[in-house]
This record gives sequence, C-alpha cells and structure tokens, in this order.
Amino acid sequence: MQIKVENLQYVYSQGTAYEKQALRDINFEIGGGEFIGIIGHTGSGKSTLIQHLNGLIKATSGKILVDGEDIYKDGYNFKNLRNKVGLVFQYPEHQLFEETVLKDVCFGPKNQGLTEEEALERAKAALALTGLAEEFYEASPFELSGGQKRRAAIAGVLAMEPEVLILDEPTAGLDPAGRDDILEQIAHLQRERQITVILVSHSMEDIAKYAQRLIVMNRGKLLFDDTPKKVFTHYRELEEIGLSAPQVTYIMHDLQERGFGVSAEATTVSEAAAEIIKALEKTHDS
Amino acid sequence: MAEMIRTENLIFDYDKRDEEGNKIGSFRALDEVNIEVEKGQFIAVLGHNGSGKSTFAKHINALLFPTGGTIFVGGYDTKEDAHFWDVRKSAGMVFQNPDNQIIGTVVEEDVGFGPENLGVPTEEIWKRVEESLKAVGMLEYRQQSPNKLSGGQKQRVAIAGVVAMEPQCIVLDEPTAMLDPVGRGEVLAAALKLRQEKGVTVILITHYMDEVVDADKLFVMSEGKVVLEGTPKEVFSRVEDMQKYCLDVPQATLLAHELKEAGLKVPAGILKKEELVEALCKLK
Amino acid sequence: MIRDITIGQYYPARSILHRLDPRVKLVCTFLYLISLFLFKSIPGYVVATIFLVSIIKLSKVPFSYIMKGLRPILMLLMITVIFNLFLTREGDVLFSKWIFTVTAGGLRNAVYMAVRLIYLILGSSLMTFTTTPNELTDGIEKLFKPLQKIKLPVHEMAMIMSIALRFIPILLEETDKIMKAQIARGADLESGNIIQKAKAMVPVLVPLFISAFRRASDLAMAMEARCYHGGEGRTKMKPLRYKKRDYLAYGVMIFYVTAVFFIGRYVPFKIWIF
Repeated sequence: MQIKVENLQYVYSQGTAYEKQALRDINFEIGGGEFIGIIGHTGSGKSTLIQHLNGLIKATSGKILVDGEDIYKDGYNFKNLRNKVGLVFQYPEHQLFEETVLKDVCFGPKNQGLTEEEALERAKAALALTGLAEEFYEASPFELSGGQKRRAAIAGVLAMEPEVLILDEPTAGLDPAGRDDILEQIAHLQRERQITVILVSHSMEDIAKYAQRLIVMNRGKLLFDDTPKKVFTHYRELEEIGLSAPQVTYIMHDLQERGFGVSAEATTVSEAAAEIIKALEKTHDS
Repeated sequence: MAEMIRTENLIFDYDKRDEEGNKIGSFRALDEVNIEVEKGQFIAVLGHNGSGKSTFAKHINALLFPTGGTIFVGGYDTKEDAHFWDVRKSAGMVFQNPDNQIIGTVVEEDVGFGPENLGVPTEEIWKRVEESLKAVGMLEYRQQSPNKLSGGQKQRVAIAGVVAMEPQCIVLDEPTAMLDPVGRGEVLAAALKLRQEKGVTVILITHYMDEVVDADKLFVMSEGKVVLEGTPKEVFSRVEDMQKYCLDVPQATLLAHELKEAGLKVPAGILKKEELVEALCKLK
Repeated sequence: MIRDITIGQYYPARSILHRLDPRVKLVCTFLYLISLFLFKSIPGYVVATIFLVSIIKLSKVPFSYIMKGLRPILMLLMITVIFNLFLTREGDVLFSKWIFTVTAGGLRNAVYMAVRLIYLILGSSLMTFTTTPNELTDGIEKLFKPLQKIKLPVHEMAMIMSIALRFIPILLEETDKIMKAQIARGADLESGNIIQKAKAMVPVLVPLFISAFRRASDLAMAMEARCYHGGEGRTKMKPLRYKKRDYLAYGVMIFYVTAVFFIGRYVPFKIWIF
C-alpha cells in the first residue's frame, strides 16, 4: 500500500482569534513494509499529521493519495481507508469499553463487517501477538494492570489487520521492560507481515533501534526525512528544536574529537561497542 | 544530618473485593520496606509498573496508612492523629497526570489553594504564590488558564502549588511520565533547583534512568520490596540485576558494560557520557 | 469543533469588569436578566442594546469571541422563534398557507423572544468571561452564606461548581479524542436512527465516564495531599471586599434598570408592528 502526501496544509480554528497553522506544506511518500519513526516536540504537528493519514482530520489544502486515489475526492470510502490504516492513539487503554477483553478487541473486526467467528479468530490472534496471557481474555479490561490494558488496546487495532499501523507513543508511561517488550512485538509484526509501521516517539534510543526511516517535524514543517543515522548526524540542529540524538551518538562524536578512529554514525549501543572495539584493536595493532 | 523519612518494616495490603464489595483476599503492595531519607537529600525510587513505588509515595503524605510497620515523616508517626496535619504539611506531593491535580482555573489561584487550606493569612498567601511561581519560572503565566499550558508548564505549576505550602520534602510520583523530553527537563530542573536553593528534600519516583544519575541515593523496588539500594554508581553498575527488575540503565552505562564484557578495561559504575569518553581515552 | 464552545469560559483581560467584585457581577447579571422581561418596545430595546454594547466594550472581551458563545444555543433559538412565530394568534394575519399562519403578534413575539434570548446569553456569558470560576464560586459562597444556618452545604456546593467548570474543557477534549479513536476502529457514530445512534455512542460514553471517575479520584487525592479539609479554617487568597467601584457598579445597574423600565413602558415609539 502506498500513501503519497502532497503539499499538505492544515489550519486550526480557521477564521477565529485562535487560528493556528498546524501543518505547512508537507510532502512525503510511504511505500510498503517500512518502519518509520516520527519525532518532534509537543505541538510540532506530528499528531495532527498522523490523523490525516486515516482521514480523521481533513486537510485545509493539499492532497493525500492512497494507492493513487485521492482521499478528498467526493464519495471516497473512508471506512475502507480506516480498515487499511490502523491508528493507535496515545494511552489507547483509555478507549476500552467492553465487558471483556476479547469483546473489546472484537469491536474493530466487527465494524469491518466480519462474522462473530471471524472476529473472534482475529481478536485471539491479535491478543497473542501482543503477548497478553490467555487467562485475561475473559477478564474485564478495567481489572488489568496498566501494561496489560495497553496490550489489549493495541490488540484492538491489530485485529483489524491494517496494512499501515500508526502508533502514537505506544510505550508512554510503561516501565523499561514493558516498553522494550511492546516495541519488540511491533517490530516482529512488521517484519513478519511486511506491513508499514509508523511510530511516533520521544525516545531517540527507541527510534535508533527500530526505525529504518525517520521523519522530523518542527512547527508544522517536515524538517528531515532520511535514515535515522543520517538524521542524527544533524544532532546540533535537533537540539535547537528541543530534540536530541541518542546518547551514544554524542559519545561517538566526543571520541572522534579526542582522536579516536571511530565513525560517529553508530546510533545504538551494540553498534557503538563494536565500533569502539574495532578502533582500539587497530591502534593497538599498529 | 537530620532524618526526614524513616520506615520500619512498612507493610501495606490492598484489599481485593468481589462485585458486592466483600473482601475476598488481599494483595501485598509493600513488603517490609525499610527506607531512610535524610533532610536535603535527592532520593530516587525506581521500579517496574506495580512494584509498589507509588504506594510507598502515598504513605509519605499520609494518603495511605501502613497495614503493618511504621513510617515516620519529619519525626512524626503518620498513624498518630495528633500529627496528621503536620505530616501532610511537611511532605508535599506532585502526581503523574498534570491535568488531574490542578484545582484552580487560573495559575495563581491554583498555587494559592494549598496555603488557603492551611489558613495562611491573605497577604502571606500572595507573597508565597509569587515566590513559588518565581522559583519554578512560571511567574509570567500567573494570570493564565492552566488548560493553555504545556505539560511541563502544568507540572511546574503543580510543583509551585506544593512549594507554596513550604514543605520540607517534595515527593514527585512519576511527574515526567506524560511529558516530552523538553517538559521532562523543565520539571526536573525546577525540582532540583528547589533542593539547592531551599534545601527541600526531593524524592523522585520515575522510569527514566537518566533523570536519577545525580541522586544521592537510589532505591530499586520490585514486588513490594526494596531489592537494591545505594548510590547511582553502585546501583547502575549492576546492569544484569537492573534488567532482571524490568529496568534499564543509562545508555553510557550500558555501553561501558558491553565493552567491559568484551574484555576492555573499563571501570565499573560509569553513568555519564563524559566519564565513558574519559575512560576510553585512557585505553588508547 | 467541540473545543470551539466558549460559553462558561474565562477570558483573561484587564478591564474594570474583570476587577469588579464577583458578588456585584452576580447580582447585576441577575438584575439584568430580569430587566429584559420588563419591557416590550423598541425604546426599551434601544436602551438595553446601548447598555449591553457599552458593557461589552468595557469588558475588553472581543465581540466576535462573545458571539461564538451563541453557537450552542442556535437550536434552542430556532425552536423558540418557530414556536412563537406559528403558535401565537394575535392581531392581523400577515401570512397564511396550509397550516402555517403568521400573525403580527406572532412575528413580534418571535423577534422579541429571539433578541431577549440572545441578550440573555450575551449578558450572562459576559459574566463568566470576566470572572474566574474561582471568583464566581467565592461570590456565590459569600452571597449564599446565610443559608449555611439552615444546614445548606454552601462551601461544598461552591467547590463542586468550580471544579466542574475547570474540567469541562478537559472532558470535552477527551470526548473528541475518544470519538476519533473509536472512529479509527471503524465505529460509525453518525448514520442510523436515534436508537442506533444512541447505541453507537456506548463506546464513547463508557470510556468517558471511566475517565471522569478516574480524574475525580485523582483530583480528590491531589486536594487531600494539599491539606484540603472543607471550608473550615480556610483563608482566602482573594477575599471579597467591596470597593468604591463596586458601589458605583450597583448604582449604574439600578439606574439602568429604572431607565429601561420607564423608557420601555412609557416612551411611545413604534415602527410597524413593533
């Protein structure tokens, strides 16, 4: 599935004293099977942008083409679009409402017009993907712990089997183990099913670890759109807009300045470790 | 140094109830916790979701009372009715969700809420409100509606609201969990500035390891117990233990750990990137 | 769209109206509302309009912002107009077709009621625009304090009101978000008849209630942590004391009510049927 965004503009509360341009002239293209990270500080327009991708917000001007079809043309089937583009909001557990976890996860598939059995099957598969234990399927979602609720809620979107999965800070408020767990499962799903994942995150470390492509938003504009490694080389510009690079990037840059023969491109701990060991071996050999 | 908080085998059980409200069992959230905090310290409590750290925090402010054992706050046993208000006054609390703890509809009125409850005279309230807002760098927003502020700003208002009550100790229960990195930095800086300038004891409960590298002491909780304690150096040097308790360590520490595993002579307990760079340069 | 509702919101500005004692504003708003029903003539409306416009000017709240407060009552306004227009049978018949008959009295009532309703909303929203909810509740608390003698929990009621006002915008935003999240899961909140629509709202209302309860319990804890223990022994950051301008405002109000009453009643001036 291909999404093409052309000259997208969005203005909040147009024509009032509170008018604010949230998106300016956004252009990008998403192919199939990518893992894309989006970063930007609060108010940079990233949440507004992702809500455009499944038609929850209509652009003030500009185009979005999904598989070549303009979603703003008359009679466009938004329901169909939302079946293909799944969106997990921040704190998705706040949208749980059914009596049991299983029923709640079935809500999406049923809205898609699937039969009871098909929906159940999808729901169980989705719950298994998120790693929620089977003993909780019949429990009330409100009795679960925070981390379990989060999994149940994410399963609610996964069960719709979207081709593009957008997650707005899916790990906010979770402990480090819970965070790694959920991200691992999402990455696994992305590889397995070859779907596109768009991850909005504040954690540069997580982005460096999982994303193949990184979009940086600032004041409604798309500032960078490249591989994380390339984007993080602009760490000084990122700092100016309240963002940063992963800590290891700074370490590598400092080492380079101190005359270490390391490349500063490493963005994850294991890459950095390998690079440092290699550099030290070289100096000791010679 | 004087003692701020001391617990003796602190135990807390949550009741589990069925749909009719009958007790059907209990869950031990705190299991013989022994923690000592001295006045003016910066203490951090780490732990996975459901480890009991929030339950502990609520004991400091007498929002919860021990099922067993004792907790002393500012020298008072929280269970003694006579000192109930002394306890609440000496320990202020900042919670996770910035929206759910701001009572006032204007910033300055919210900051004045605590002193009003304490029966502070009007003029004194104004003085305290002004000073507290200045201390967290929010004075220019005093007339604003909290709804128009960013998350980090709201949390700073919440801190000011606590500061205006002039507590000896501030407990921050995951104050940064819902904020972006900029907001997190603002809140942390505001809390630590209070400690520096007013000698307020700061107890920070968090999931973010990089926020606690400057703490005087860390307590790591898991399943209601304190499982690790010590300086950040001591605690973070135990990388495997931390991972076992569902936590992680700062990236510099992790990198140092991996290099050490690979046979490099990197000292233990590296917390900051500068330390690591320094150590590596010695190896060259 | 939901965030556009401005009624009941405070608009920060530095005006004489903002500085007035909330009790003055409460009493005067009440008098103003009554005054709107004291007359039924063009001269009366002219005086009321001059008064309203000058007060709005004094308040320094932008006119367009105040007008936005009318949007939520548009439905009510239309119903009022239609009822008055078609159901009043009084005076000459101006228009008649099938079952619809408009009389001069009907048209007059419809126009008067519409203007009254608009003035009513504008006047009372002006009070909330210029008074912080905290001041408002302080005012109510103090005005109704005598009722405490008959065991009415005046302080508690005032506190509940002020908290409700603080959380209205938060809950509205939350509703918006939950609706979007459920639409993203394929929920259809728009089509169908009333019963189907009501049913479709369950996935929105359940999370909304749960969130409201969670917020309430969080807030209760936060208030307790800040030593809240009811109205007893509480001091005020902004205690209410009448100043010169407050007495002046009462004077202006009494003058206006008297003027509008006499001019509205006794100055003969008519255009067509009005």
